[in-house]
Amino acid sequence: MLTADDIAARLDEYLETEFSFIRSDELAPLILALTPAEQAFMLDWTQRIASTNTEIAHQFVRRAPQVLKAQEPRVIEAWALHAMDVYDRAGLRAALEVIQDVERFVRHSHARSAGALFDEVSGVLLHFVHGLAGRPLKLALSDTAWTDSETIHLPALLAQLPTGAENFRLYKALAVMQWAQIHHGTLRSALTADFAVWPDAARAQRIYALLETLRLEAVIARALPGLGREMQQLQPEYVAALPAAWQAAARQLQGAHSTPAASLALLPALYHAALPPPRLWQVELYLQEVAACMQTRMAREKLLLRVRLAQWLEEQRNKAPTDGAPPRLTVREAADDAPPGDAFELTLNDAPVAPPEAVAQLLTSIRLDLGEIPDEYLVPAGPGEYDPALYTEPADDPDAVWQGTYHERGASYYNEWDHGRQHYRKNWCVMRERDVTPVYDGFVAATLQRHSGLVAHLRRSFEAMRDEERLLKRQVYGDGVDIDALVEALADAHDGSEMSDRLFTRLHRVERDIAVAFMVDMSGSTRGWINEAEREALLLLCEALEALGDRYAIYGFSGVTRKRCELYRIKRFDEPYGAEVRARISGVRAQDYTRMGFAIRHLTQLLNETGARTRLLITLSDGKPDDYSDYRGVYGIEDTRRALLEARRSGIHPFCITIDEHGPEYLPHMYGAVNYTLVNEVRQLPFKVAEIYRRLTA
Amino acid sequence: MAEITPEEHYITEEPYYEPSGSEVAMFEAAWHNRLPLLLKGPTGCGKTRFMEYMAWRLKRPLITVSCHDDLTASDLVGRYLVKGGETVWVDGPLARAVRAGAICYLDEIVEARKDTMVVIHPLADDRRVLPMEKLGLLLQAGPEFCLAVSYNPGYQSVLKDLKQSTRQRFVALEFDYPTAELEARIVAAESGIDAALAATLVKFAHMTRNLKGNGLEEGASTRLLVHAGKLIASNVPPVTACAGAIAQALTDEPEMLAAINELSASLF
Repeated sequence: MLTADDIAARLDEYLETEFSFIRSDELAPLILALTPAEQAFMLDWTQRIASTNTEIAHQFVRRAPQVLKAQEPRVIEAWALHAMDVYDRAGLRAALEVIQDVERFVRHSHARSAGALFDEVSGVLLHFVHGLAGRPLKLALSDTAWTDSETIHLPALLAQLPTGAENFRLYKALAVMQWAQIHHGTLRSALTADFAVWPDAARAQRIYALLETLRLEAVIARALPGLGREMQQLQPEYVAALPAAWQAAARQLQGAHSTPAASLALLPALYHAALPPPRLWQVELYLQEVAACMQTRMAREKLLLRVRLAQWLEEQRNKAPTDGAPPRLTVREAADDAPPGDAFELTLNDAPVAPPEAVAQLLTSIRLDLGEIPDEYLVPAGPGEYDPALYTEPADDPDAVWQGTYHERGASYYNEWDHGRQHYRKNWCVMRERDVTPVYDGFVAATLQRHSGLVAHLRRSFEAMRDEERLLKRQVYGDGVDIDALVEALADAHDGSEMSDRLFTRLHRVERDIAVAFMVDMSGSTRGWINEAEREALLLLCEALEALGDRYAIYGFSGVTRKRCELYRIKRFDEPYGAEVRARISGVRAQDYTRMGFAIRHLTQLLNETGARTRLLITLSDGKPDDYSDYRGVYGIEDTRRALLEARRSGIHPFCITIDEHGPEYLPHMYGAVNYTLVNEVRQLPFKVAEIYRRLTA
Repeated sequence: MAEITPEEHYITEEPYYEPSGSEVAMFEAAWHNRLPLLLKGPTGCGKTRFMEYMAWRLKRPLITVSCHDDLTASDLVGRYLVKGGETVWVDGPLARAVRAGAICYLDEIVEARKDTMVVIHPLADDRRVLPMEKLGLLLQAGPEFCLAVSYNPGYQSVLKDLKQSTRQRFVALEFDYPTAELEARIVAAESGIDAALAATLVKFAHMTRNLKGNGLEEGASTRLLVHAGKLIASNVPPVTACAGAIAQALTDEPEMLAAINELSASLF
């Protein structure tokens, strides 16, 4: 049993009360009133939260005992983790709001358990809308459901309906409704319609949107009958409950050949009627956004189409030279009942032609915007009309991250393990790959010359490990006859003993199928002769590996805080070893700190993409993981250990080569007892690394 | 079926084949001029069926070899075997086809080992001979012999690409999925489902083909549609049939599977 003093002492320690105004003797009674199991639970979580921020932990202690009376511990855990996630993302004030407004969290978590989350369904939905015909659409998160004709916007959480499955169906209905708006003319007609002639333009537009939903429902039910049925089940009695005027409108709009024009024509009749409640899958119309998006796209696509047509015609001309008459391109519209995909046909000098995929996609997209392909779009671009710079986004300068010009664009995010919290910090590290600037100096030549004997030796010993075609003898089947075996077998047969059937030779290829990623410490502590030794080691290693033929990549890692985790590309898996790579090895320079988790996680991903049977991750390091402020000591070691565990779980063999003589104190904990080697003499590093690799993979 | 040798594999009944262009005339012209043929196209779009149809039309036996990554030159040309204490030469399928004046169809040629290609080179140009190294013989092909290979350019692997020296020996016929209308007719005829259902299946196939490059390597082939159609004709509900015969055949990825199943559930 804990006494009030015990609890107060623990709280003093966790909340660092001596540096603050927090009074642990006021807090202790709150916890003392709980059962022993609950006390332990509270103290454990207080400690975990305090490792992130003491003020959040303080507020947690104040609020949680009361919440614990009404909620299960599971909910409290989720609440605490959510608060810490919010702290990571948005800072202290937002996190304290989460702690204070626990009721809202509980309400939301209930919605979460029965609702569908955008994050969870977006993967499936994205494939789903790609499967539907037309322009390839994107998905994005927004407060309401609306589309700008390129991106489908959906809310983060749908919980209107009682079960998760139904809420997922509603997501699907919202996405398909937006697709239908693009595909069946709703947006195009809305842009040309003049809603301003009505006294209240917004109301007119709203009525149009409601009417279009009725019309598109029927279109969807015809094109995708299964989905149509699902949607009806979600909200079955809707149309029947509408006022009479709206019911009549619905009947009219849901006929087989109705168009957006029909919806516009119904506006006068319904303008003064009361608005019905919106359909579950009512999608908002934001015409300004649509117009802006369409305008840029149409200008871009018109030029792109004309350029692509010019390129394509040029190719055609090269294949089959014509008499020099200018090519005549026309688009023939197919009949109304033609199946999708054949909706139009491109003809060149009156003969139907199949344009390349890129042109066909542009034609489809333009037809969606304009309803047809105007003739001026089919005029191939003349020389000099196309400036690609206008249509490609400028590449980000990685150094601009600190100048505030852009933040996390082009970066990948990785989770990091927070030891104190016993939980991941989500998307904590912002990782970028950068190229090492190649340095063409005398380093490569000098090193190779100094170690020429060693290089030759390494090449020989590595060549011996290469996969090769081996002639297998005494096989049951094969390409050739094994004469030795045959002679023996004949002798056996004369003897009267049984004759072997293993009489053939066969070529068999033994494949190594190994991919290895080398992760090189480029932290500031390697400055000087360690860096020198690392570079030499890498160079010799590459020479040896080239003889072996294993796939390999070399990346350097370094970082300053979680916002600037950097992996320096020295050699990618698919890059040949040549002058450029050598110059990059020569250009390896000591950078900042040693944050390791993100590097392991990223290389794990790269290694797994190679699909090799054996995957190795070898770290060259000079000390403990360490980064400015937060990545010191236990935290860094535990995150690195986690990352290595994740790697091992995905089938990678991690190994560490260190020159830190204190390595044996922490490396077994991170890599396992046998998965590291200590190289005492830095000068030996170049000899050792290749040798260790040979031993590992022989 | 009774056992027959490959040389006796004449196709006596007309296989069901719907031409989608001039491929029949091209093949015949190439055959008369003793030119070898290269059939390009995605999997399951009718290349093998086309070969059967042409073999029936030209009244030649059809010897098909499905190439795999362990297929060696001797698997095609022939090898010595040991029988009763003596070595006996046994012809491989390619040598048998040359001797019998048959049509030899090497399916998925890029899958075979690199050394296999070299064997077919002299056979695929105007020499039309098959060198049989181990016998020290050259086998001259007669006028009826025809070599056809197939190849799927969709695989984006550098290892599985035809070398120029190989591809420039062949007359190429390009195959693609038939037009929607024709494909629906094929699916209906092959599986016995009605035209409306076949058209819906084809629509579903187009949806999966839209996903090519967005997470799928290939869309659903005509062959898969026929499989699904046959299941439906045997009273399997359409959504279940599509999940089993098409979605699971296309991918293992859970999100993609879910999306494809949602697409088929939307259509039926």
